[in-house]
Amino acid sequence: MRSMDAERKNTGGHTVVVGASLAGLRGAEALRRAGFAGRLTLVGDEPHRPYDRPPLSKSALTGEVAPEATVLPNLHALAADWRLGVAATGLDRQAREVRLADGTTLSYDRLLIATGSRARSWPNPTEAGLAGVHTLRGRDDAAALRQALAPGPKRVLIIGAGFIGCEVAASCRALDRAVTLIDPGPAPLARILGQPVGEIVAALHRALGVDLRSRTKVARLEGNEAGRVVRAILEDGNVVETDLVVVALGAVRNTEWLSGSGLDAGPGGVVCNEAGHALDTEGRPDRAIAAAGDVARFPHPLFDGRPVALEHWGHAVAQGEHAGRLLAGEANETDYAEMPAFWSSQGGITIKSVGLTEGADSMVFAQGSPKEGRFVVVYGAKGRCIAAVSFDSARWLPAYAEQIAARAPFPPICGGTDEHNLTVLSPGFPEKRTSP
Amino acid sequence: MPDSSLPPDATPPLRVTVDLNRCQAYAQCCYAAPGHFVLHGREALFYDPAPSSSARLAIERARVSCPVQAIRVEDPERQGR
Repeated sequence: MRSMDAERKNTGGHTVVVGASLAGLRGAEALRRAGFAGRLTLVGDEPHRPYDRPPLSKSALTGEVAPEATVLPNLHALAADWRLGVAATGLDRQAREVRLADGTTLSYDRLLIATGSRARSWPNPTEAGLAGVHTLRGRDDAAALRQALAPGPKRVLIIGAGFIGCEVAASCRALDRAVTLIDPGPAPLARILGQPVGEIVAALHRALGVDLRSRTKVARLEGNEAGRVVRAILEDGNVVETDLVVVALGAVRNTEWLSGSGLDAGPGGVVCNEAGHALDTEGRPDRAIAAAGDVARFPHPLFDGRPVALEHWGHAVAQGEHAGRLLAGEANETDYAEMPAFWSSQGGITIKSVGLTEGADSMVFAQGSPKEGRFVVVYGAKGRCIAAVSFDSARWLPAYAEQIAARAPFPPICGGTDEHNLTVLSPGFPEKRTSP
Repeated sequence: MPDSSLPPDATPPLRVTVDLNRCQAYAQCCYAAPGHFVLHGREALFYDPAPSSSARLAIERARVSCPVQAIRVEDPERQGR
């Protein structure tokens, strides 16, 4: 075994990391930590060193943190070549070459795909091009939005009440801007957290002073003669006058550059096996290539091997590190099985989640209560715990993460002396969104 | 590669990130490095991602005092952790 391991261990050659954000950086560090001593190149389409995104919808908008201050700490010496401000445009797996937008190519022995995702734009390009219409994904987006908010536009319209939309709404209220938040779902975050929790989020935003309009859509945006957005016409016929629009309709995975590479990659992400190797269109792993972060779609062992692509900070770290070890030959045949987890903070409330709520058929308020403003909701599917979400009760979550990993029966941990009787509710997820 | 956001002769700042999945709002960092870590509400930790290198000792105190070890710091004058 020892000699086989030694053969497998990848200590030389050229490893190329495409995508210079959290997953790519942590992947590159893990490669070095695992003993990779060859040449290392990181490619990023933005001109910036890897930076942290979570502050961009919160403290960077309120002005507490400058967007350019969010550069990520580098936690292990990289000795890398950085190719920043130049996107990868193609992959030739036969020649083992990555093509870049400046016409150059990089040959690789090992490749980490960590190109992440981008903000979905407003579907009408003319309306999307109006001045005052923003999306928020990168540091430059945050700087532009902060700059647009700073002189004090009175009214902000946010399209989409997912996590980014809700966080931006709360940040704009902290700046005392009038905020309208529009979403076709029955309540904010209902698609992820279900309707009962969505109603609590709705109440939170109403208490912040957000004008929340659920179950409706923006039909079109209108500009003035100067090409600046001035109003939105809703499908229900209502008109919302506005000075600024933030389009928060989720993310699109950056896989276009892989077309023609023979990898199984598309809008759903780069399809990977359990270990994290990218699969070709015949389903065969390319052992020279791994993917990590938002862009990777992989079968999650904690959720019956269901293919998932997770847009979570902690996932980018954990899967990036896993992919780095994999490419260094240290994690061969080890499945990636990190428990999904994320957080959000909105109006001073911290929402945290472990597991995945998708497919839940039941839920209970397991600790605390919405009345207290602090509680834990546990989600179940087919009699097992699959996810837990806390509002200002993060210290309970690790215990539930263990229950989820153990596929413990649902409802969870019954009969505690501090527990009330658990009422099983239906999560009432809205139907999948087909268009914005 | 030099960081273009800095004047050429300035001491580069520290780089801080907190794993907010791990953070459980014990607030020890807020006592160790006031002004660089602050709780908004019960559990929402805001932190300065780029403290000046003169805050090195306070930031290091915050890092080691975190009960769940959620704070990561790069000190350009020493090797990153």
